[in-house]
Amino acid sequence: MKSRLFAILVPFLAGVAFIALWQLAAGRYTPEQLPGPADVLKAIKELSDNGVLWGHIGISLVRFGSAYLLAVAIAIPLGLFLGRFSRCHAAIDPLIQVLRPISPIAWFPLAVLWFGIGNAPAVFIIFLAAFYPVLLTTISAVRGVPPLYLKVAGNFGAGSRMTFLRVIVPAAFPGIMVGLHIAVGTAWIHLVAGEMLGAQSGLGFMIVDARNFLRTDQIMAGMLLVGLLGLGIYRGMKAVERLLGRRWGVTS
Amino acid sequence: MSIQTSKIKLSAVEKHFTSARGERQVAVSPLDLEIQSGEFVCLVGPSGCGKTTLINLMAGFEQPSAGSVTIDGRPVSGPDPDHIMIFQDYGLYPWRTVLGNVLFGLQAKGIPAGEARDRALATLELVGLRHAIDKHPHELSGGMKQRVAIARALAVEPSVLFMDEPFAALDAFTRYHLQDELLRLWQETRPTVVFVTHDLDEAIALGQRIVLMAPNPGRIQRVLEVSLPHPRERTRDDFAFFRRELFTEFHLVHQMALQEAEYSI
Repeated sequence: MKSRLFAILVPFLAGVAFIALWQLAAGRYTPEQLPGPADVLKAIKELSDNGVLWGHIGISLVRFGSAYLLAVAIAIPLGLFLGRFSRCHAAIDPLIQVLRPISPIAWFPLAVLWFGIGNAPAVFIIFLAAFYPVLLTTISAVRGVPPLYLKVAGNFGAGSRMTFLRVIVPAAFPGIMVGLHIAVGTAWIHLVAGEMLGAQSGLGFMIVDARNFLRTDQIMAGMLLVGLLGLGIYRGMKAVERLLGRRWGVTS
Repeated sequence: MSIQTSKIKLSAVEKHFTSARGERQVAVSPLDLEIQSGEFVCLVGPSGCGKTTLINLMAGFEQPSAGSVTIDGRPVSGPDPDHIMIFQDYGLYPWRTVLGNVLFGLQAKGIPAGEARDRALATLELVGLRHAIDKHPHELSGGMKQRVAIARALAVEPSVLFMDEPFAALDAFTRYHLQDELLRLWQETRPTVVFVTHDLDEAIALGQRIVLMAPNPGRIQRVLEVSLPHPRERTRDDFAFFRRELFTEFHLVHQMALQEAEYSI
């Protein structure tokens, strides 16, 4: 009981202390350099009232969702395939290892040349940011399936189709879930970057737009919203993971 | 007659591995063994005696380097749903419930869902786990997990059960309990059982014959007939007689291993 109170109270106090420090610091600078917490809240309300905000949030979420789902839809089957067939993996792995360290942002010039300005380059960057974590964790999850599971399947005469769909895929699932989780984080981070570079809408664009008008309060409002939405998505992901994990019998 | 009724037959079976340094290591030196249909045979010996290699050869998980392994007169070329292996680590699928795990073998056989369910439930009844069918493996004790694995095996009605130290990870009380359970199940369903253990008491409690194995190289030291009726009272004098017999035999094994070690130095 005491520890639970502690677990809520201490972070709350830390938050209050942070806001107080922020307010204190803001007093020493002009609002163009560092607006205070109240200014930022006011900016959020202003953006919300004139209707701009919800459109930006909506388009950002759609971009994020579609790019993420597209990455997952390609990376999981590819990862399952490469994890299962180690010769193919051996052939392709060096290529993956070279491409992976290239920041998705570095792809931006090419993305604009290929897809033009607008939605597509941003979606492409988010896609890349989500793709590699899902691909790599899926491969290692499949390769990490305990040999005993396969031995049992072989003993009962399970065919390769049944072994794949009903042993390897479910056995790899908790590992894949970790990849999905990591990918949410990296993809969300790159969303803002992607939208800052070329898009004409979305939270990233909103921040760039605010900068062009020297609206520092709106810049920080955008940043705060990106943080809060990211937290929300992360929490939602956690909840889904726990639900599936319970069904899978991997968590108690 | 005796040749016709032998269920499992090993003739001049030999298994060696090549180590990382390229040295040839003999896991099983040429040996012969015949196991009758419906018989309960225990393989006992210290580690390195090749008992696990031998059961893997019989179950088709490994192929002999020389000689032949036949079951029902046919050479063993790989694992077979008619010969189910039960492992020390259970090999249950954590994402499946108890019922789902028992259904696995039946699904692999392509048995229709309704019939499969009936058979799985009947087998779970047999091992006394009818109440736990919706639990996941992580909710079960070690003894219950192994009972699920046994039910999963029995559900497909195999003619041979291979058991590789199935109770080694369990505490003594659970182990005695499961030994008695296994005997009851064996008497009710009568598969041929090949049971690997390093626990001498377990071998005496279960086996109609005990195959004593010795290491360096893996070989059969002696085959002991245990002429006691099942179930065997572990505290009786006749049990103690076989116990003494086995201990004497393994004491000899120890001395020989010691001498060999001295010679090699």
